Amino acid sequence: MIVNRRKLLGMGAAGAGGLLLGGCDALNADPAVRGRLAGAEELTMRAQRLLVGDALAREFAERDMSPVFRANGSVSVADPVYNRHAADGFAEWQLQVGGLVQRPLALPLSSLKTMPQREQITRHDCVEGWSAIGKWQGPQLSTVLAMAGLLPAARYVVFHCADTLEGQPFYESIDLIDAFHPQTILAWRMNGRPLPIAHGAPLRLRVERQLGYKHAKFVMRIELRDSLSGLYGGKGGSWEDARGYQWYAGI
Amino acid sequence: MKQQFVAARAASGVGKSAGSASMRKVHRHSLATRLWHWANVATMAIMLMSGLMIFNAHPRLYWGHYGANPDPAWLDWSGGDGIPFPGWITLPSFYSLADARLWHLAFAWAFAALVAGYLVWAGLSGHLRRRIAPRLHELAPAHLLREAAAHARLRFAPEAGYNTFQKLTYGAVLLVLLPGMVLTGLGMSPAIDAGYPGLVDLLGGRQSARSLHFIGMALLAAFFAVHTAMVLASGLLGQLRAMVTGWQRIPAEGEGQA
Repeated sequence: MIVNRRKLLGMGAAGAGGLLLGGCDALNADPAVRGRLAGAEELTMRAQRLLVGDALAREFAERDMSPVFRANGSVSVADPVYNRHAADGFAEWQLQVGGLVQRPLALPLSSLKTMPQREQITRHDCVEGWSAIGKWQGPQLSTVLAMAGLLPAARYVVFHCADTLEGQPFYESIDLIDAFHPQTILAWRMNGRPLPIAHGAPLRLRVERQLGYKHAKFVMRIELRDSLSGLYGGKGGSWEDARGYQWYAGI
Repeated sequence: MKQQFVAARAASGVGKSAGSASMRKVHRHSLATRLWHWANVATMAIMLMSGLMIFNAHPRLYWGHYGANPDPAWLDWSGGDGIPFPGWITLPSFYSLADARLWHLAFAWAFAALVAGYLVWAGLSGHLRRRIAPRLHELAPAHLLREAAAHARLRFAPEAGYNTFQKLTYGAVLLVLLPGMVLTGLGMSPAIDAGYPGLVDLLGGRQSARSLHFIGMALLAAFFAVHTAMVLASGLLGQLRAMVTGWQRIPAEGEGQA
């Protein structure tokens, strides 16, 4: 009787273990389960915004910087137009600003360099787990947005980039809370030198309180939108569309 | 039923008066403890398995504020295929950092709520003071040695309370390890680090927080292994019954208590 019960229990445990292993991937693939899990992203964003407010990310001293700053994601661009610009140091290149703005802009790199600048030594946190500390310089995104003048319906800032991910043009987006944060800059300078191609020349978004994949490289065009749906996969970014990463990457 | 249970306990070598047929019931676990225990089993399994997948994305650990491939790592499992934890123990079983984060960051809320809720309940109800905090005499070397000797022979005193080693272990898990997992997890968040730089400084930097999070995971996994072994050694069915119903039947001691 006891042996039977133990045996039964053992069989039950083994069965449950097998079900669990197969069941995990089945649950992982279930759209309803994924929807529930994804609901935590909104909760996390609201909680973090409430707890953190508009606090600045830590800024470090030069002696704290990583000796080598790892380049990740796209480290080069196939587009021939981009490469022609890269060959002459982006002298003829212009950043386009459009969408829900009062005055669409075309800003040459030279004017981005002569606007009021912000320099910050910050920690870059990759979603994979590693961190690197580097120095970034460029105009605040808020300066550029003020020049263009937002229309009242504008809710999101979309960054259209020269690189691709899985065959699709790369894009990323942030909302106006992050867009107008003082540390959100369009960096054209890194570690005291012009931004290298591997790190996103001519312009890389820095959105310091989010993970690295939000920091769009090779930024060509900024678009103000009222909604992220209807744009590519609709999830607000290439990593979000192609791989299912969270749109809010504060953790 | 009673006979079987006594026989089971005798077979597992537990209880001094296992030969006697007289049993008494003791209330071992409060409802809060039981609900918490089983919610933890599910939550911690998901956190562990999804966490190991997240570790697979960059299987190197560092101390300090920064750390990436060009920097010296104190632990480097990026050799071989670069995926140290195999599919049978990760969630999902195939490589997906995004899916693992989906699970980990959703169940992190459940984990934090379970830790915070239990600590508030255990503090206010006196559970920590009465059941977890060791008595002074229990910490005397002679007492500890006696308990260690009994432990080594897998003799567990059939009392209602926890023994001293259980109290010390549960205390360390409840007050240090579990809150530590929440804090080291939050210490890796760039947003939280902006708002609470003191937290990441206390942990020694974001990469130290990640290392400590991993070490905490390893200690919790070790706790789980020892805890499971102890439950098996002290009578699986009785322990399971106690953690489900709250009551455990133990042999009556002394004169005719039934």
